[in-house]
Amino acid sequence: MPVFEAIKLALQTLRTQKLKSAFTLLGVCIGVMFLITVVSIVEGMGRYMKDDLVGKLIPLNSFELRSRPNINIGEVDRSVWAEYRKRPPLEIGDIEPVRAALPEGVKTALYSNGQVDVSSAESGKPRRMQVNAVDGDYFDIKKLAMKEGRPLSPQEMLRGEKVVVIGIDAADRLFPSLNAIGREVKMGGIPYQVVGVAEPQGSVLGMSFDNFIVAPWRSQARRLLSSRPNIVDGLIIQSQNEAGIPDAMESARAVMRVRRHLRPAQKDNFALQSSESALAFWNKIQGYLVLAGIALPAIGLVVGAIVIMNIMLVAVSQRTSEIGVRKALGAKRRDILTQFLVESSVLGILGSAIGVALGIGLAQVIALTTPLPAAVAPWSIFLGIAIGAGVGIISGVYPASRASLLDPIAALRQE
Amino acid sequence: MTDTLDEIGLSTTGERRAVVNAPGTAPSKDWVIVTRNLQRQYDMGGEIVRALRGVDIAIRRNEYVAIMGPSGSGKSTFMNLIGCLDTPNAGEYWLNGLLVSSMSDDALARVRNKEIGFVFQTFNLLPRATALQNVELPLVYAGVSSSERQERARAALDAVQLGGRHHHRPNELSGGQRQRVAIARALVNRPSILLADEPTGNLDSQTSEEIMRVFEGLATQGQTVVMVTHEPDIAAHAKRIVVLRDGVLSSDERRDQFAAKLGIDVPGTH
Repeated sequence: MPVFEAIKLALQTLRTQKLKSAFTLLGVCIGVMFLITVVSIVEGMGRYMKDDLVGKLIPLNSFELRSRPNINIGEVDRSVWAEYRKRPPLEIGDIEPVRAALPEGVKTALYSNGQVDVSSAESGKPRRMQVNAVDGDYFDIKKLAMKEGRPLSPQEMLRGEKVVVIGIDAADRLFPSLNAIGREVKMGGIPYQVVGVAEPQGSVLGMSFDNFIVAPWRSQARRLLSSRPNIVDGLIIQSQNEAGIPDAMESARAVMRVRRHLRPAQKDNFALQSSESALAFWNKIQGYLVLAGIALPAIGLVVGAIVIMNIMLVAVSQRTSEIGVRKALGAKRRDILTQFLVESSVLGILGSAIGVALGIGLAQVIALTTPLPAAVAPWSIFLGIAIGAGVGIISGVYPASRASLLDPIAALRQE
Repeated sequence: MTDTLDEIGLSTTGERRAVVNAPGTAPSKDWVIVTRNLQRQYDMGGEIVRALRGVDIAIRRNEYVAIMGPSGSGKSTFMNLIGCLDTPNAGEYWLNGLLVSSMSDDALARVRNKEIGFVFQTFNLLPRATALQNVELPLVYAGVSSSERQERARAALDAVQLGGRHHHRPNELSGGQRQRVAIARALVNRPSILLADEPTGNLDSQTSEEIMRVFEGLATQGQTVVMVTHEPDIAAHAKRIVVLRDGVLSSDERRDQFAAKLGIDVPGTH
């Protein structure tokens, strides 16, 4: 019997036994549903890490020279922390030699930041927000576009003038329903004039990226961030393209090692933080999460397989007389084997297809109702269907072979 | 073995003897069924039960034969062997020129599909399939295309006067109608023999007569029919009646002899 006929027959059998088939499908369906959901959430978190979190913190083709990394996704053990704490800070004196050593066309911006109370005449009480003291190509590298006004000019940065660009949330809080341009904010008692309001930057895990103030590094603002005004939090270095990153990194590393008097055997006591290094740990745990996402629903699938096998065994004994008739009319062993194998595979595939649909739905619901992101990985759909088919075939082998080996005389005698 | 007449139906005793007493040689194409010393025994937990102790029979094309016998006579065993559902322990069985007694399971399945049309006491239709789908079944296993299958199944159903019932399921049909569907299914692949096992066992007498008329019509058209039954008045519809007893042939008679012996009417003669 051609497989096509067998599939038609299987669908016909399932249609006449809708309720029984539905229950049979349940195990596989639930297993695949959770598989798709878990994989979708892991995939969503991965994309989120790459595009939103790290992507927002680390601009394209850039890395950061820092004393120690500030993006630590995953665990950093005690000895590493202890080593981090012993590192000398990055100082303003380090910056110019590094800049001078970088290849042509590389953009840089130094910055320090911290949480500072900021007030305005319009808002009354002071508001806590992130203040970034910056210089160089900061606006360019961060692609910080202005919603209103203009960015800080190179002259203002050089001279350390008392001007600021503020984020949209900062503008809302300091100047509720007012145009912020030209107004004054006060930090540490000193007034700064708002020259620009940045375009919204969005948020990550409910944390706003728009509640910030950007001031020239050379202004008094940096004194609010650290008691040692020569300390720099980081130098952002952006190559023209991806290929330029290693060169720029090596130049920066060479200068820093000389300045720190490091011998060849000693490790760097500073950090060159790229999106790759920030994501390295995530990539590692993502692998484990996907494995867990496949392993846990596997329990459901085993249950599903046992259910299908049982139902198929019952079907074989209920349809003994049918098998006898089919054999009497010329069905070979292989025909009967195919019939029952296809039937159990169709059950498995149908269950997994419904599971895929439900899993996608569940992932969307979770994405909408919780802060967890979800993105359906196309490969997980194929995997889900393949698993369903596999479960169907594996659990169908034994019942189908029992059916195919039935003696037609005994099978015909049974009513 | 009582064998009093020279001629029974279309084959004569002499002809049959000649065919049966030539072991190892293929009978001519005229002979649809030839068994030589056919034996079948079962091992029932260490005890050997000899169900068939050596049956010689020759049935010519176009004959209409009834096989009778009390329970335990080996009638069912014989019918299973004739139907290629079982294989003998010893002896030969030639079906339509093929030595089927030594065939593999798959080869037997092919023979059942091509050479034999079964009609059962309990109809044995697939309950979830329509009449048309039931009749198509042998053609599915013969590898006939879907459109040709439908065409031939329709024609077979029309031939048993079930033209308006193609899409009814078995539970929507009367017993007689079900057996007609079964007959259509048996004939749809143009088998060498129609093999009926107690075809009227589940039918009332009026419906039984109806089904017997269908069989007679088929025999008249040249279909070889072998019918197993324990009812003498049903057996009397056949032209030749073979009786098994204790695993051997006990009689092989023309129906007028059979009817006269039992004192029953020969159907269709009054």
